[in-house]
Amino acid sequence: MDNDLSTSISISGGGSGVGITALLNHRTQIANSSRALNDEEIALAGKQGIQLVSTVFASDALAVIVHPSVGLHQISIENLGKIYAGDIKNWKELGGRDGTISLYGRQSNSGTFMYFREKVLGRDFSNDLKQLNGTAQMLESVKADENGIGFVGFGYLFGQNGALYPGIEVLALQAAPNEAAVSPVNKDAILSGLYPLTRPLYQITDGPPTGKALAFIRFELSKAGQEVVARSGYLPPISETDLVEKY
Amino acid sequence: MMNRRTFWDRFYHRLFAFAAGLCVLVLLGIFGMLLLNGFRFFESVSLWSFLGSSNWNPSAWGKATYGMGAMLWSTLLVSLGAMVLAVPLGIGTAAYLSEVAPGWVRDWIKPAIELLAAVPSVVVGFIGIVVIAPIISRIFGLSNGLNALNGSILLAVMALPTIISVAEEAIRSVPNTYKEGAYALGANSWTTLMTVTLPACTSGLIAATMLGMGRVIGETMTVLMATGNANAMPHGFFDPVRTITATVAIEMGEVPYGTTHFYGLYALGAVLFIITLIINLLAESIAAKFRKQGR
Repeated sequence: MDNDLSTSISISGGGSGVGITALLNHRTQIANSSRALNDEEIALAGKQGIQLVSTVFASDALAVIVHPSVGLHQISIENLGKIYAGDIKNWKELGGRDGTISLYGRQSNSGTFMYFREKVLGRDFSNDLKQLNGTAQMLESVKADENGIGFVGFGYLFGQNGALYPGIEVLALQAAPNEAAVSPVNKDAILSGLYPLTRPLYQITDGPPTGKALAFIRFELSKAGQEVVARSGYLPPISETDLVEKY
Repeated sequence: MMNRRTFWDRFYHRLFAFAAGLCVLVLLGIFGMLLLNGFRFFESVSLWSFLGSSNWNPSAWGKATYGMGAMLWSTLLVSLGAMVLAVPLGIGTAAYLSEVAPGWVRDWIKPAIELLAAVPSVVVGFIGIVVIAPIISRIFGLSNGLNALNGSILLAVMALPTIISVAEEAIRSVPNTYKEGAYALGANSWTTLMTVTLPACTSGLIAATMLGMGRVIGETMTVLMATGNANAMPHGFFDPVRTITATVAIEMGEVPYGTTHFYGLYALGAVLFIITLIINLLAESIAAKFRKQGR
């Protein structure tokens, strides 16, 4: 494969909503998103004559972390939802320590915020949710807060040497109360689709990608591209393999 | 026939008048833009529910809510907290610098305080997360330190340079004859300061406070980083808060143009602008009164 080094790519951060909005406002060619498009965005795109096309180029698992002194090792998705909606307020209700649960989350412009809300809560977050700027701040906050709980992308759990980030407890998740709990630390469990909070990562373009955007997406889906994905702490696309063949 | 001197004289006269006018024009432009866009928000949301309800959740799971109550209270709470910390400290420092400190101490401290104003707000916010938050959580036995108190402490530090320099100017403007009168009656320097000098420049000190408040209320990055940003109505300084400024900063990037949410952020900006405008106008009028008294 030839690598064209003459093209430069400018990237700006700020959460999935920011990228999609930038695409809708004609300020970018490719929007990265960790969530699927919502109805409002699709409707708005239609109004502006933009056809949004999503390509899955990697996948990510969302890990739920708590402070080690909380005393839990696993949790069901249902209870997790109750915690984040504010129905369960004290760790002892789940058999942990006696302490008011301190909720950490991301800001509403984050795809992680939206994904978690859709998959885990199915309603609004508690108003007591502390909305942090980014994943690194989430890790540090939960590490420092003995009643803290947060959620981070699986890639953030490991340092550069591949060791687990110290000072936090990664909870194993039960999809349903009678099912076995699966920990995201186990990469094979994620790849086999057993871990409940596994999500595709999208790149969204106006119409099917063409020209340099197409070349870029092809590179990402190539073997070399997927090596970069793995090195950055993400996983290859899992369910939607047909998209890999399409380009 | 105009000679060259008159020409250049008039030219610069016009140029500077234009520059001054431009400032006013920009100000009016910003205010007009905030108001125009803000008004469009009220096509879909009533003023009453905007000001009266407390929950701001434009990207809600169910129905979007646009109440600024909790945010307004958060902003006031953090700002008042900052003032409680910064005003005594600031006026005390100003009194020390103008009345007590020997010349060489003042020559060191004054530039240091002015440098404090040059610390970028993002650095202050970073210190809030890394240094102040753990200290707060340890001292008060809280599980975390991302709360209104943290924001108040940081904003107090940021307001100090403004308060100190305006207050010092006020204290210096008290005529020496006042103090000489007090000394002649046998008062020591502490009594003179507390009963003669400071009361003589009260309006100047109030102006200093107001200008500090104006500085604090519009501050964004610091509170965005260090106060936890929870939507809930705060019940005290140990609760996390989400200020008006932080909300606009967080949501501006994700909002599609021309939506209710978009105009809502303008409405928030307009409210903030009006608050700071009132504070600054009050400060200016009080300061003007005090300048007249001083003469």
